[in-house]
Amino acid sequence: MDVMPKWADVVLIPLISILLAAILSALVILAIGENPWAALKLMVSGALGSTYGWGYTLYYATNFIFTGLAVAIAFHARLFNIGGEGQALIGGLGVAVICLFIPWPHWTLALLGSAIGAALFGAAWAAIPAFLQAKRGSHIVITTIMFNFIAAAVLNYFLIGALKAPGMEPATPRFPEATHLPSFQDMFNFGETTFFRGAPANVTFFVAIAACLFLWILIWKTRLGYELRSFGHSESAAKYAGISPTKIIMVTMLISGGLAGMMAINNVQGEAERLVLNAVEGAGFIGIAVALMGRSHPFGVLLAALLFGFLYQGGAELALWTSIPRELIIVIQALVILFTGALDNMVRMPLERLFLAMRRAKT
Amino acid sequence: MSDAAPAIELKGISKAFGPVQANKDISIRVMPGTIHGIIGENGAGKSTLMSILYGFYKADKGEIFIAGKKTSIPDSQAAIAAGIGMVFQHFKLVENFTVLENVVLGAEDSGLLRPSLARARRELKSLAEEYELNVDPDALIEEVGVGMQQRVEILKALYRKADILILDEPTGVLTPAEADHLFRILENLKREGKTIILITHKLREIMEITDTVSVMRRGEMTATVKTAETSPPQLAELMVGRKVLLRVDKAPAQIGRKILEVKDLNVTDSKGVHRLKGVSFDVHAGEILGIAGVAGNGQSELLEVLGGYEKATGSIKMNGEEIDLTGTKSNGQSRRARGISHVPEDRQREGLIMDFQAWENTAFGYHHDARYQKNRFLMDNAAIRKDTEEKMARFDVRPPDPSLPAKSFSGGNQQKIVLAREIERNPDLLLIGQPTRGVDIGAIEFIHQQIVALRDQGKAILLVSVELEEILSLSDRIAVMFDGKIMGERMPQDTDEKELGLLMAGMTTEPRGPLHEAVEAQLATAGSGTAKEV
Repeated sequence: MDVMPKWADVVLIPLISILLAAILSALVILAIGENPWAALKLMVSGALGSTYGWGYTLYYATNFIFTGLAVAIAFHARLFNIGGEGQALIGGLGVAVICLFIPWPHWTLALLGSAIGAALFGAAWAAIPAFLQAKRGSHIVITTIMFNFIAAAVLNYFLIGALKAPGMEPATPRFPEATHLPSFQDMFNFGETTFFRGAPANVTFFVAIAACLFLWILIWKTRLGYELRSFGHSESAAKYAGISPTKIIMVTMLISGGLAGMMAINNVQGEAERLVLNAVEGAGFIGIAVALMGRSHPFGVLLAALLFGFLYQGGAELALWTSIPRELIIVIQALVILFTGALDNMVRMPLERLFLAMRRAKT
Repeated sequence: MSDAAPAIELKGISKAFGPVQANKDISIRVMPGTIHGIIGENGAGKSTLMSILYGFYKADKGEIFIAGKKTSIPDSQAAIAAGIGMVFQHFKLVENFTVLENVVLGAEDSGLLRPSLARARRELKSLAEEYELNVDPDALIEEVGVGMQQRVEILKALYRKADILILDEPTGVLTPAEADHLFRILENLKREGKTIILITHKLREIMEITDTVSVMRRGEMTATVKTAETSPPQLAELMVGRKVLLRVDKAPAQIGRKILEVKDLNVTDSKGVHRLKGVSFDVHAGEILGIAGVAGNGQSELLEVLGGYEKATGSIKMNGEEIDLTGTKSNGQSRRARGISHVPEDRQREGLIMDFQAWENTAFGYHHDARYQKNRFLMDNAAIRKDTEEKMARFDVRPPDPSLPAKSFSGGNQQKIVLAREIERNPDLLLIGQPTRGVDIGAIEFIHQQIVALRDQGKAILLVSVELEEILSLSDRIAVMFDGKIMGERMPQDTDEKELGLLMAGMTTEPRGPLHEAVEAQLATAGSGTAKEV
């Protein structure tokens, strides 16, 4: 018998966690002599008050959906893929190669091509740690985090070498016109009024939504999903049932790495339209928090990614318009991660007791 | 009843864990110098009650009196101070310490060890003489058998001047001879005026050794009776709440063709330990072959090899066809395809995924079956659900709700879920390990009937159990395993627990000679540890 109703677990706990993080953030802002209420208003209006703000929020959210899904699918097989950052970097390399070296006639085909390229490159980058885990028992947390550093170095190598554009900057040339993805500004342009003007959100957002749906079906409706969840819950039971641990570890990590790699469609092809150093900017790590907060459920990941998109954009606005330093915005984001991810039980336990007392009072 | 104050009196003890009422208004009087049995099914609340008495849990309500004095027991230190000693089902010993060090641990006289050890050595000697509690004080715990480990636990309690000894399911890991030895020790302790509380679910032990017995059911104390004035059927009825068939009713076996043929099976585990040493046997259609033995003598490995998730050398033929034992295709799936179903020994670790809902568990291992697929890519979850509902009805799983996670079912109902899945597949061979471990009496009856019914349909059944009674009552033929080998085969009508017990301890019973009787006598008195030491 579950102690709490499901809605409390899925909705109430994250809400309370966010509230606690907000209260603590408010205290910190108070402590440096700023007005937390004004800060909150600025964040909300900056991130959600205009289509421009929304355009940024959704752009960030798209990144986080991909990396969040990557972590979530691995969680279902009890694998902790910390390597989203590196896989997304290498995914970017895949996108750059696809966009630069193939003469695409139209952006739709280019999107298809770069999606495949990004997923393949990301998956390949995850394949090595996965193989080491499956065959040699090297812990995947250690190897994936190492591979983040190696990925950064690999990217460096190509951006000052083979893929470098003429000039001083370690970056690829701009991608050809035909590979440019339509931004929300292009898509929601109705003559007299243009929405999302100047914002980076682009068609990749819809790819991300499709990825959520795809993953939901994969996890809950297919044999593979069934097997990987079995493995995640109990390796000994999976062995009894004849499910091969090697196969599950490999396949799960390939999907996970592929999803992380696909983030590059958004930031590399969709926004920058070229590959630069450190293109991922920590989104791979935010994905861990997003997956934790989203309870590893694709729709939970979607919601959590939107929240973090809001925090990113709202935080940037704060840094722009107030004297609240940029570092403090990272503190606020960290508090949200801390409360929604790591301190989950702090909220859960008292809440469970409360529900129990209520149930007992009723009977 | 004498005028003396009870050694222990509990009045109105209640304890709830969340929504579960583990103990409900329990009162009990244990008289000094008696052996008091507490019997009840799994989850009846026996262990909770004893944990309250030993200070692990705090009761929500109720009072504890020790020797007539109201006592509060907030922690185990207080319990020890009140003269209560506890021998847990899972021993709490430091494996790489000697027997002596374990006895002294936590009861040292001073910062220096040497005087304490010397005192303990003297005391162990006198305790050993007094109660037949012989141990080797300098042996390492990891090197002695479970029988001796248990005696060390008892000595630990006595060394701390316990007058009241609580034993939680003490015979679960012992051979019959070791269990007899333990009972003699308990008799000696009783004679010296100690009070003993014996927690068990085995009726036989209650009848054999206790003076008084209290029965628990669903957190309540349903009765306390003098053992001499009761009978096993009456106790079983008190435990379950209805009449229970303790015997297994079965017709003579109709033995058919050879289904499973195992020849010279060898398994070496990852640590290089030789687990199976040339095991050979056959199982026929319409026959239950029971494998008896103390846990850890290769039975688990045997089931794992047959179930497809342990590599082995040797030969296994199923329906006359050789089974691949080492290839990459040798797994649970290929075994199931050959008509082998498997109810594993540990249903919570292997047979079920405890967080999965019942319907998800119903497809477990058979999730490739065509009947569970909607198309090439998607599983037909609705079909699995429907199938689960039908299985739950046929196997009387309670509550019959396919959406409940496996962990919220009782042990017996969990086992029924596994059994329904494996039996309904209509296998040629059913492997079944510890079918009734952690299963309540009511469900045991049902599970045994199902196994016999499957046999009567002409299926072959390989039964592995550490419960001798179960082996004797279900099997049509019995093989005894010891140290990775089959020590011998017997027909149940030609043998008894004593002979099987000797085989389980590694002795062949024929031809019987003077040497043999000497060993047997020694085993009976010294009860030297596990079978492995003999």
